[in-house]
Amino acid sequence: MRFLILLAILCAFSSRSAVSAQTADRMVTGSPPGRAGGQIVIALRSDPKTLNPALAADVPSRDIIYCMNADLIHINRETQKTEAGLAKSWSVSRDGRTYTLRLRRGLRFSDGKPFTADDVIFTFRVYLDEKIHSEQRDLLIVGGKPIAVQKIDDHTVRFQLAQPYAAAERLFDGLPILPRHLLENAYNNGAFSKEWSISMPPDQFAGLGPFRLKEYVPGQRIVLERNPYYWKVDGKGNPLPYLSEIVFLFVPSEDAQVIRFQAGDTDILSSFSAQNFAVLAREESAKGYHLRDVGPGLEYNFLFFNLNNLAGKNLPQIAGKQTWFQDARFREAVSAATDREGIVRLVYGGRATPLWGQVTPGNKLWVDGKLPHPARSPEHARELLKSAGFSWKSDGTLIDSKANPVEFSILTSASNAERTKMATIIQDDLSQLGMNVHVVSLDFGAMVDRLLNSFDYEAAIMGLASGDTDPTAEMNVWVSSGGTHLWHLNETKPATPWETEMDRLMNEQLITLNYQKRKRLYDQVQEIVTQNLPVICLASPDILVGAKNRIGNFRPAILDPYALWNVEELYVH
Amino acid sequence: MNTMKTQRKLWGALILLAGLHGLVLFAGFFAPYSSSAQDRELPFAPPTRIHFIDAQGTFHARPFVYGLKDDPKTFGSLAADSTQMYPLHFFVRGSSYKVACMFESNLHLFGVSGTGRIFLMGSDGYGRDQFTRFLYGGQISLAAGLIAAALSVLLGIIIGALAGFYGGWIDDVLMRGGELFLALPWLYLLFAVRAALPLHIAQWQVFLLLIAVIGLVGWARPARLIRGMVLSAKERNFVVAARTFGASDAYLLRRHVLPQTYGVILTQVALLVPQYVLAEVTLTFLGLGVGEPMPSWGSLLASLQQYYVLSSYWWMFLPALLLVPVFLAYYMAADALQERLKTVPL
Repeated sequence: MRFLILLAILCAFSSRSAVSAQTADRMVTGSPPGRAGGQIVIALRSDPKTLNPALAADVPSRDIIYCMNADLIHINRETQKTEAGLAKSWSVSRDGRTYTLRLRRGLRFSDGKPFTADDVIFTFRVYLDEKIHSEQRDLLIVGGKPIAVQKIDDHTVRFQLAQPYAAAERLFDGLPILPRHLLENAYNNGAFSKEWSISMPPDQFAGLGPFRLKEYVPGQRIVLERNPYYWKVDGKGNPLPYLSEIVFLFVPSEDAQVIRFQAGDTDILSSFSAQNFAVLAREESAKGYHLRDVGPGLEYNFLFFNLNNLAGKNLPQIAGKQTWFQDARFREAVSAATDREGIVRLVYGGRATPLWGQVTPGNKLWVDGKLPHPARSPEHARELLKSAGFSWKSDGTLIDSKANPVEFSILTSASNAERTKMATIIQDDLSQLGMNVHVVSLDFGAMVDRLLNSFDYEAAIMGLASGDTDPTAEMNVWVSSGGTHLWHLNETKPATPWETEMDRLMNEQLITLNYQKRKRLYDQVQEIVTQNLPVICLASPDILVGAKNRIGNFRPAILDPYALWNVEELYVH
Repeated sequence: MNTMKTQRKLWGALILLAGLHGLVLFAGFFAPYSSSAQDRELPFAPPTRIHFIDAQGTFHARPFVYGLKDDPKTFGSLAADSTQMYPLHFFVRGSSYKVACMFESNLHLFGVSGTGRIFLMGSDGYGRDQFTRFLYGGQISLAAGLIAAALSVLLGIIIGALAGFYGGWIDDVLMRGGELFLALPWLYLLFAVRAALPLHIAQWQVFLLLIAVIGLVGWARPARLIRGMVLSAKERNFVVAARTFGASDAYLLRRHVLPQTYGVILTQVALLVPQYVLAEVTLTFLGLGVGEPMPSWGSLLASLQQYYVLSSYWWMFLPALLLVPVFLAYYMAADALQERLKTVPL
């Protein structure tokens, strides 16, 4: 049986190879031409859990999958706008509900098999399959209905949406196209979730990305080699990618990665702290690497209070404190007393931006420039607390109207030194208002369990970062029924008038196709967040990256993967 | 001659220890600042140098310190600014504190005037004075060591005396139990206990928990030692004689047997205290001790886990260095006590 399949593959290979590459719709990139050959070494935090794009949730898996796969429409990390990918062009119907994508012709997967509309149809069948539980499925439900995919011919695919969807083009980024010829059997047999586990032999993988799997050594490294069938060429017509190999080493901690980079073992370093940036900067010229501060990314860190409905939870103490937390004046007082500049200086060594709203200045298309940035004012905080019925004992302790002292704890993740440091700064700020605040660091799993399931916490510091600049990526945070509506989960209907308004605005921007109108709607959401403070935004760290001077075309961006988004254009001098 | 030397050594150690404990006990007076006061303009400031001669070469009778400014050569570090001079004063009024948890005062041994800052051991990542935090941190760490040592020795005395005096199955049960405790992986025990506790327990509760775990786990060694002493002591002629005169067990233990172990117990305490201080330091270093903003010697060292601190700010090692004389003083005392045991007949 196996022999037969092999034979069939061989036949397919020989007959199709006659259709030569010259008819292929290659994409020409605009970057300066580089030199072919060479190898770069990059550190990853851990072994990837899987190389299956429909199942990957961890950062190392996604980084490698990004290098091995391609999507139909791509978000250019530099311009933050969409550009052609595997789809050469596309058109939208006037009602904004039908997208027709024309695929590039003559493209091949990294195993040499041709790419057609059938692969696209298969891919979307997988992502939309409830049994697969793919991360991408939620994104593909528009207006309560899954997107319908239809093959028009071998190189044309039509997508039908239940309602107009503003960010529809951006959906395609992050949906790698899978090879039907390798995965369909397993999918039909219900064994898809076992496919493309990291331990499978390299010849079982194929993608449309610039690199393909060469070797995996558990616990040590994964090696990708150049995909000879890749579909992009540089301005002079030279095939991309330039590099012949990328080696990913598994280096478990940030400090260890910094040391390896400093020692010259790795060529590119991304996502490290400002303090380590300063350490590395001292030897920048001597060691032959350069560091780049790309500016604020999309991550926003914030403090929030437990506003969950605690009925049936048996947490009387926390329920009692919720009368403070639910008072917007209390939250505003906390916000007014918080020293955001101090956080930027002490936690991030100045390489961050203080935040008052959830959109960072790095998100140029969507940040609300008119948002007020009130300076820190403990006096204003005291006035607010006074007007909310709080008073002070002779020793300075803040008490509420029933004479209970104001005391609560802020939960942070022990593995995140930066957020623990923020909590310590806020603790000191709030102690000046007479609040007795404790900082509690738990391991990440225990913390998430308290935030999402048991609701056994009073306040917490978290950070979120969307993969995309578009507000649609934030739907699950700001819509009251969203799964990341952290301060109050499982709302059956909006608990407050401003949450009702936020639901309306978020749902309306989702179906508004005009950018200006959408921007106005999302600006209003940002204003509601800064006025009502369901989350008290603190700061957004800069994206910091470093690379050896010998790496060409190194153009880091604030969107993930920061340093590797143009991996096909990187080369070695 | 030999006894003279031992005696001198003991007194030397005791005076050193008294001085160290005095410094820590009256931390509020000796430290220039409050242990949680943050100066957010001055994170990781290097130790302040005290000058007598200024940049122009002029001699000043009153010592002074320079202000701090961003070092233009290296990003994010501070250097002395010779244009700003702040004279050093003694017995100055500053932040208020409590002496021995009772009397409130705001008198500090030394300080600098105006906006100047004196950081004898530099400042940490929040701009808090490391010297101040070292002194206050000693309150937690030394108290933890002393109380835990007292607890484990007390348990050791009770259990060791019972086992040694009565022997038989009591001895077997107690000593096998002790061996069980010796075999316990106490670090994991503490992890487990901490995980089972409610989310926010007060700092003093964490402190008590630390002491309880360190002390309870450590009783087995002193108990073995004391059992051995009691075993030999109860066979001495005068003890046997007292028993024949009808003395009760309690009387024998109190009057004749235990007094023979006091020298050993004292030596044990002197040995255990630094060991337990180190246990507290280790546990807090691992995040199991008292939390921010309360300092302890372990939490002062915790920031050294990070590479940038390790490689950039040498003064963050000073607390570790200062632990050495503290431990040496205790071991010196233990050593002298041990020698005295040999020379002074029981």
